[in-house]
Amino acid sequence: MALLDIRNLTVAFDTAAGPFKAVDGIDITVASHEVLAIVGESGSGKSVSMLAVMGLLPDTAKVTADKMEFNGQNLAAMTPAQRRKIIGREITMIFQEPMASLNPCYTVGFQIEEVLRLNLGMDARTARARAVELFTDVGIPDPAGRLDSYPHQMSGGQCQRVMIAIAIACKPKLLIADEPTTALDVTIQKQILDLLMTLQEEQGMGLILITHDMGVVAETADRVVVQYKGRKMEEADVLTLFEAPKNQYTRALMSALPENATGKRLSTVADFMANEANA
Amino acid sequence: MIRLILGKLAYMLPTFFGITIVAFGFVRVLPGDPVLLMAGERGLSPERYKEMLAQLGFDRPLWAQYVEFLNRVLHGDLGQSLSTKKPVLTEFLTLFPATVELALCAIILATAIGIPAGVFAAIKRGSWFDQLSMGTALVGYSMPIFWWGLLLIIFFSGMLGWTPVSGRISLIYFFPDVTGFMLIDSLLSGQKGAFASALSHLILPTIVLATIPLAVIARQTRSAMLEVLGEDYVRTARAKGLSPRRVIGVHALRNAMIPVITTIGLQVGVLLAGAILTETIFSWPGIGKWMVESITRRDYPVVQGGLLLIAAIVMIVNLIVDLLYGFINPRIRHS
Amino acid sequence: MTDATSLQPGTRRQMLAEFWFYFRENRGAVIGLWVFLALVVIAVLAPLIAPHSPTDTNTNVLLMPPFWQEGGSATYILGTDAIGRDILTRLLYGARFSLFIGLVVVTIALIGGVVLGLLAGFFGGWVDTVIMRVMDVILAFPSLLLALVLVAVLGPGLLNAMIAIALVLQPHFARLTRAAVMAEKNREYVMAARVAGAGKMRLMFRTILPNCLAPLIVQGTLSFSNAILDAAALGFLGMGAQPPTPEWGTMLAEAREFILSAWWVVTFPGLAILITVLAINLMGDGLRDALDPKLKRS
Repeated sequence: MALLDIRNLTVAFDTAAGPFKAVDGIDITVASHEVLAIVGESGSGKSVSMLAVMGLLPDTAKVTADKMEFNGQNLAAMTPAQRRKIIGREITMIFQEPMASLNPCYTVGFQIEEVLRLNLGMDARTARARAVELFTDVGIPDPAGRLDSYPHQMSGGQCQRVMIAIAIACKPKLLIADEPTTALDVTIQKQILDLLMTLQEEQGMGLILITHDMGVVAETADRVVVQYKGRKMEEADVLTLFEAPKNQYTRALMSALPENATGKRLSTVADFMANEANA
Repeated sequence: MIRLILGKLAYMLPTFFGITIVAFGFVRVLPGDPVLLMAGERGLSPERYKEMLAQLGFDRPLWAQYVEFLNRVLHGDLGQSLSTKKPVLTEFLTLFPATVELALCAIILATAIGIPAGVFAAIKRGSWFDQLSMGTALVGYSMPIFWWGLLLIIFFSGMLGWTPVSGRISLIYFFPDVTGFMLIDSLLSGQKGAFASALSHLILPTIVLATIPLAVIARQTRSAMLEVLGEDYVRTARAKGLSPRRVIGVHALRNAMIPVITTIGLQVGVLLAGAILTETIFSWPGIGKWMVESITRRDYPVVQGGLLLIAAIVMIVNLIVDLLYGFINPRIRHS
Repeated sequence: MTDATSLQPGTRRQMLAEFWFYFRENRGAVIGLWVFLALVVIAVLAPLIAPHSPTDTNTNVLLMPPFWQEGGSATYILGTDAIGRDILTRLLYGARFSLFIGLVVVTIALIGGVVLGLLAGFFGGWVDTVIMRVMDVILAFPSLLLALVLVAVLGPGLLNAMIAIALVLQPHFARLTRAAVMAEKNREYVMAARVAGAGKMRLMFRTILPNCLAPLIVQGTLSFSNAILDAAALGFLGMGAQPPTPEWGTMLAEAREFILSAWWVVTFPGLAILITVLAINLMGDGLRDALDPKLKRS
């Protein structure tokens, strides 16, 4: 059985110029222990569909789906309070800007212990001890000392590690990582991806990795969904996709990889789409 | 933290000297003879005039006069009131608690209503509550408070007879000054009805003085809250599965309060300016009324001393607010 | 890339159209604008539309209530004051004073503040230090208190009250201009103008200033309403316009002793102040929304 099963998800925003469909009829399934990559440019609706699953979209967004099930439970039929029993415990999410995603007014210790105390009912001392363990697991040096730091006293990479520690604190079944390395230095990107993959394997959780970077996809994913302008272009096993991309948009994305560059200028998706249209 | 405080103090010092120059200079630029103005006597004999001239130091060069003035100020000597012959500082200290009591009640009222109203307006953006409270806030912000005070007197004192028109407490009560705060002193006196009388005298002036700060705080809270609610860390807090109450009350509010604290601090100057009008309308015996009366009475030593003291207080309060700001905003504390 | 003064007339019209589009979305701002325009018309036409003369006293009708109350008359729609002058007439004439005060005060404060702010921001160094320190000193005093003391120095009267209020409002413009200039002066278009050989005056006033206008306009409307409030407050305290000038604050001061016997002499002048200030503040909110690109999309 699929861990997350979504059919025909549509998200429309009310704007001054009328409703705008950010996600248009997307199907997504993830099995437990599986790594699914969702790929697309910015504005392709890849984050929005996951925020819809988490219930984190603003009131101006209208979410509809034929089916939205997690672990056999119908997410769409739940009250917000029921949904919060799943969000943050069984499904967790990390974001693109780790520094901005942590609250600047509280220590990182407070922000992770909060989850342990409120979601798992730990007392303050147990939560503290568990937080140290989690910080050790995500590779933060001097974990006990770091708990009293504020986000602005840490680097971006360190903040993302804290975010990951918070995300795995409740041993979730599914972790959604929304461009987790985009805002980080290249050397740190690799470390964070490795950490995510290690944790995914150790804990046996499902992982949805949202990215625009085909390189990241090749290194991590089992299966890939390619999204463009709110629609699904292609879905395939990662090997199949890289060997024989069926969709022209997928081919465009691939040709924008630096290692596939020919000539002096790196081609863009727009170039490719234009060429295809002319041909 | 110590360095932060010292830095702020060092920055304030030139401003403080600037204030003393204004207070010192203001008497010199008044039209008319400064000796006659400061002595407050008419028809001085030439001998007496000379005597006063020397006593007030007006015969010396300007810079020497200023140094002398500064020296006296730093020793707490602000001269004597012309009308009461009492030291200006003594008069100020007698009247100041009345203003502080009124201003404190006003700022508490403004904060207690303004912050929740702003928070709810932001959460329910576009709702009838948002529109109503922000419309009311704009009316409050545009209010000529001297007229507002008169209207309240017409309605509550005149038509309903609920509240007294002026003063701090009914004249039938008499008890010693302990704290200078009528609400506390009346309780301490143990006299029946004294507290109720003090409270009923305080209500209308408090509402009038709180009106503009309340409007400003509500508007500022709403916009700060709206901005914070769009931040990534609020999304993170919601992604953790926290209840809306915790997301707003713990994660959003603390951040939204950072600019609001500054706003509240800046209202102190507004409150003292408002106290001038409020105290005049309600005959509240505080420093605002004292200043207005001294200006109309041409009691220049009082105006000079009062100007200096009030500006110094505003500066000190702003310093405290700055430090408080550092305290609730970790980013400042650690830099 | 180009400095704002050399914009094509077409682009300028387009900017205006965009501005109007955002301004119009704010219903309150549009209402404020209409009320303000109505007040301007009233102020201009006061001698034509006022039923009586603002200074004529009719001793037969002292403290006559408004027409809908018992004892009122349609000749004096809003009643008369303690010496038998028509309140409506005085209110209509009062609009002239209030708008005039706002206009003069904002003009003086704006010019003074902008020049000081430009100098401070453009030259920096000790010029900046001295100017901004003087502004700090002015801002350390509660504005109404400083204005009161200044009027005491200059002597009570409307003109002196306006000068005093302009002086205490002016530091806000100076601070805003300085901040905007500091932000703009190292931008490329300024560099380009400098390289092209623009003189200091031209750089300050023609190149940089037009790009700092938005916050100044918003502050200008805020100051306009503040000036009206402060002038009325000074009038109320006997330090502003002197009787028998039909200035709203002064009218209130004269009416104070009748608050418990003749509500109308107190109520109407204050209501006039409130409506005027509210209309301007509504407009100010709309202007801020329309001019502030950060808030536009939200």
